[in-house]
Amino acid sequence: MVRSVVPQILRRMRPPLLVLITAYAVAVVGLTLMPGQDDQGTPWRMDFFHAFYVITYTAPTIGFGEIPYEFSGAQRLWVTISIYITVLAWLYAVGTIISLIQDPAFRSAVKRSRLRRAVQQMSEPFYLICGYGDTGALLARALTERRRRVVVVDHAQESIESLDLKDLGVDVPGFRMNAEIPANLTIAGLDHRWCAGVVAVMDDDHANLKVAVTCKLQSPSTTMIARAGSSETAANMTSFGTDAVVDAYTGFADRLILAIRSPNMHRIQDWLTGIPATELPDRPKPPEGTWIICGFGRLGRAVYHALRRHGVRAVIVDAAPDHNDCPPDVIRGKGTEAHTLRRAGIDTAAGLLAATADDADNLSIVITARQLNGGLYIAARENDLSNKPLFREADIELTVEPSYILASRILSRLNAPLLEDFLAHARTRDAQWHAALAERIQAIAGGTVPETWTLRISTARCPAVIEALEQGMEVTLAGLTHHPRDRHRPLDCIALMLLRENESVLLPSADTALASGDRILFCGTNAALGAMRTPLRHINNLRYMLTGESRGDGLVWRYLARRARE
Amino acid sequence: MNLEKVVFGFFILLALTLNFGFFLGEFDNPDHHNVYELFAAIVVSLIATVLKLGERTQIGAVLLAASLVADLQLIAAALVWGIAVYATDTGLTPAVMASIVSLSGGALLANMVSATLLVIETSSLQR
Repeated sequence: MVRSVVPQILRRMRPPLLVLITAYAVAVVGLTLMPGQDDQGTPWRMDFFHAFYVITYTAPTIGFGEIPYEFSGAQRLWVTISIYITVLAWLYAVGTIISLIQDPAFRSAVKRSRLRRAVQQMSEPFYLICGYGDTGALLARALTERRRRVVVVDHAQESIESLDLKDLGVDVPGFRMNAEIPANLTIAGLDHRWCAGVVAVMDDDHANLKVAVTCKLQSPSTTMIARAGSSETAANMTSFGTDAVVDAYTGFADRLILAIRSPNMHRIQDWLTGIPATELPDRPKPPEGTWIICGFGRLGRAVYHALRRHGVRAVIVDAAPDHNDCPPDVIRGKGTEAHTLRRAGIDTAAGLLAATADDADNLSIVITARQLNGGLYIAARENDLSNKPLFREADIELTVEPSYILASRILSRLNAPLLEDFLAHARTRDAQWHAALAERIQAIAGGTVPETWTLRISTARCPAVIEALEQGMEVTLAGLTHHPRDRHRPLDCIALMLLRENESVLLPSADTALASGDRILFCGTNAALGAMRTPLRHINNLRYMLTGESRGDGLVWRYLARRARE
Repeated sequence: MNLEKVVFGFFILLALTLNFGFFLGEFDNPDHHNVYELFAAIVVSLIATVLKLGERTQIGAVLLAASLVADLQLIAAALVWGIAVYATDTGLTPAVMASIVSLSGGALLANMVSATLLVIETSSLQR
């Protein structure tokens, strides 16, 4: 605050202050020079003390009268002039202050220094989100709902205004500045000791790349997650150590293939990486027959190549095939007209993806296609989150929302760092294993996307467990996954993976003994997450969970317990 | 020639010279120390302070500090004068006059520091 705003105020106040000092000096000196007379009629001149007193009360037009003696004509003349000079000087000074306060540049300087202070005073881990579009807004909301602190940087005025208007429950400093400039990221808290991670989700690949480079050079230990629009950018970002690169389109294409090839694994992944507390999706399985892809943009291309790689036939429909570097068997046309879709073989096709960059076109394709082939599996790309109601109304099996895909993938990365490992391991298991796990998750989830979280057995996170281990007790997983008030009632959670010294166990059994340094990945309801905290912190509660013994603590209870044993 | 620099230097030097003029004379003799000169010294010193406000340089900060010291000393001298003559019945005795002049002597020192700093800054710019 002091560094930038105060000198600005002082510099702006220089001319009015000079005018005020000069006006007072002229008025005071003039008054001491004017001839007057005292109550006896002897000639008298006002001294500095009284002259300053008189001017002090006449300048702000208070006016106590003629003190200490009645004024002479010359003195009255001078006081009249003085009033005009000093009142105008005051008006000028006050006017300058008011115009300074209303000055947009000044206000933005005040706001920025306030934000800067808010970031400097952060005393808990926070995430720095660059880009407050659909994805950034989803992320900020999901993180603040979990009481995580967030700082937002976006160069668009409207984005920051919409952030300021939104009630996110906790204070989210929103900087309106260009994230590509390294100094701006420093202002937003990149070097801050509590900066837990940087997320770059701007629309511009180059800007995201720049943020990733800045982050990895300035504070290499900070987690960096960046969005990439193309595989070249993704490869570039990975090359200098970006912790995670998310690409909505290849991400979607992989998921589509997964859904076609192993539907239960896809359900597991879909649920574990969704945005928690939203509706648990249960989508029909996409078919293996021929697909029609309308629009050969980034999404269309990613899906086409993924389908081809896995031996699924796909037909491309594109309005400008020469432009978009389409395969030779492309059907020319938008796909919004019936005859184009017929030429693409809609009558025999199994699935259709409307992947143009225009939501109106996509909806039109969906409606036309549905009329031509009622049994068709239809997926459509939703470019703008504000069109969500329309897509919900349209008869669509799968909506592709790039911002949702990005936000959920980033969120699962931030919430549970082990999740990606788990999913990679789980993919290698057979279909039966997938089906069983999907069944279990569905049973505990209760219709909403479950939370996923990682627990580390350490003194900071679960002091009671460490204490119990030091006392020689055996702490089993069952002690953590049951209700703290009734140890026979299981919590709505599943231990998905246990990681001990780089050795991972999928779905560890309830009688697994825990050791210090273990990391466990859980999924479950929010209530289970809250209930699990109690035995982690209180040794008595943990003892009850493990042995069923409910021991009172405190001096009196310990004494009584000792008496009872004797 | 930079008009702003001229005005700046003018007021710093004028504050020094007025202060010196008031200080000059027999130490405790009221006849040697004109009240108008003290008033002028205070006003010019205040103007010099305002001109230094909002400077970001290191030398600007020291100049501002020296100027604030001079203001404080001169206003203290004027207060002593006013209290001795109008608030109490002491009058302008040699003892009162001596303390007024010694206060202005302190301000003179601060003003000399200001002027020296100004000369240093100017000469370093010349090089």
